[in-house]
Amino acid sequence: MLKKNKTTSTEKAKKVQVSPPASSFRVVVREVVKDKKALTAFIVIVLILLLTFGGSLFLKSDKVTEANIIEAYTGWFTDGHILGTDDGGRDVLNLLIMGGRNSILIGLGVTAVCETVGLIVGLVSGYYGGYIDAVIMRIVDFVQVLPATPIEIVLVTVIPHYSPVTLVWIISIFGWTGTARYFRAFVLSQRGRDYVLASKTSGSSDLKIMFREVLPNIGSMLIIDVVLTIAGNIGIETSLSFIGYGLPPTVPSLGTLIGFANDPVNVVNRPWLWLPATILLLAISLSINYVGRALQRAGDARQRES
Amino acid sequence: MWKTVLRRVLIMIPQLIILSILVFFLAKMMPGDPFTGQINPNTDPKQLEALKRAAGLYDPAPVQYARWVGNIFKGDLGTSYIQHVPVTSLIADRALNTFWLSLLTTIISYSISIPLGVIAGKHQDEWQDQAVQIFNYVTFAIPAFVFYILGIWLFCFLLGWFPISGSVSPNASGFWGTLGSQLYHIIFPAILSAVITTTGIVQYLRTGIVDNKVEDYVRTAHSKGVPENVVFNKHILRNSLLPIASSFGTVITGLLSGSMIIETVFSYPGMGKLFLDSIQQRDYTTLTALILIFGFLTLLGNLLSDIIMSIVDPRIRIK
Repeated sequence: MLKKNKTTSTEKAKKVQVSPPASSFRVVVREVVKDKKALTAFIVIVLILLLTFGGSLFLKSDKVTEANIIEAYTGWFTDGHILGTDDGGRDVLNLLIMGGRNSILIGLGVTAVCETVGLIVGLVSGYYGGYIDAVIMRIVDFVQVLPATPIEIVLVTVIPHYSPVTLVWIISIFGWTGTARYFRAFVLSQRGRDYVLASKTSGSSDLKIMFREVLPNIGSMLIIDVVLTIAGNIGIETSLSFIGYGLPPTVPSLGTLIGFANDPVNVVNRPWLWLPATILLLAISLSINYVGRALQRAGDARQRES
Repeated sequence: MWKTVLRRVLIMIPQLIILSILVFFLAKMMPGDPFTGQINPNTDPKQLEALKRAAGLYDPAPVQYARWVGNIFKGDLGTSYIQHVPVTSLIADRALNTFWLSLLTTIISYSISIPLGVIAGKHQDEWQDQAVQIFNYVTFAIPAFVFYILGIWLFCFLLGWFPISGSVSPNASGFWGTLGSQLYHIIFPAILSAVITTTGIVQYLRTGIVDNKVEDYVRTAHSKGVPENVVFNKHILRNSLLPIASSFGTVITGLLSGSMIIETVFSYPGMGKLFLDSIQQRDYTTLTALILIFGFLTLLGNLLSDIIMSIVDPRIRIK
């Protein structure tokens, strides 16, 4: 019993001593490289990126999406189509490469917008606090209770000149709030710290304190959030494309390919249409999330030491 | 207590107003009007114009908005462009189907995640915990629709255990026969969407137990000589269940937005499927009504979360 109490008190001490992840980026990378499973997941991501981005360099997008009805529904490994063809005679392997690239690109695009907006909103809200913070947080609350998926689908169908870039903006409308909350909480804990107060006393402007003093401390948090958000956003885009309201029909997406599985005939008789895309998306989601979690563990010193 | 609830309900009113304005403008952005479905080659354009004017489609936006809100309070959500029946009757039975599916999903979800969270928290860092963590990581990482597709493929097609679509078999007869068939159709989608929604609850519960274990009051209970299992059940578990109670509202909200995917995959005639069917048929009155209902239910879910939280955790009330 006595021994147990001792360990609990040290654990408690650890808890008090360690503030939210203040560790530098280098420490985080070192931790991840040490973790063999995370390293494997990282290598899987690199391979997928090579396949999709490298492969699509050799493909012409209008050729890939060109219909050729005569060759419709060719099975695997026949007539030079390794993964067969779809209802329009398009080569599934080519669609898979282009679709994978597109889905990842949309995920990256949405993440870039959401992280930028979320970071700025979080910094401003957390740094100024008080009235500004209250107003911003009410807006964040409101956006979070909006039914995102139905509104996204309606926007996709009513917006004129709809393109992949539009989709990025539409998904971003709802995506920034989580990030804003995440950074706000951290910045709020920093605003009373000595380094911020010292900087204020020496006459630095608010902007300078926010971006030059507080922002560098967010570095590792930002990377963790970016990685996990990318995975989430790829999921949102593919889900929308899966039900038919994501990327336009002329732009291949993994979601569209998996959508073939909505037809029972395809599920049983034409697995080449949807199974490879399902496996690729599974690999992307699992590996990115694994790396994200490993980064999270590495960034959170409390978990690292235990 | 009642003051907190009242204040929380009052916060909801401006939210509802902004939501309705947003939905109104979304509806205005959609092409078509209530007469679109009634036009045929013989329709006189002048007459149509007069009808539109009489229906107030050329009134200023605020006037139209006020009329629209007024109608909602009268229980009139408009008439479907395509089916030519009141939207409310169209939505009613679909809503019931979604309700049953969500209810069953919630029950299954909690009965999976609470034991898992307890096991993980109790055996922190042992193999049981690691197994739960792997389960949690997989259910979190996989996009829901991929999980459903793989589930359908494995259990409905390869093993043939469950039906792949619908909410009831057309051959079912009698009260018990129909109920049994309904349950048979609903159980698999419910299990799948329950498994994918466990992540948050398991994680909260595990973290709660792990954090509470080292708290002072637990040490006090130990040193008083309280038996181990009493300390766990009466002190640690009870406190760790608090955030789970409040997650209830969030779970409902999540199920609503997820209903579109699960109902598409299983061709289950619920609200999510109705929404997608309406958008395919460009039935904009039904769409507008559905978005409003989705939004309202989401707000209600959050309200519920906060109220439950203030009931189970007195600290919030004092604040």
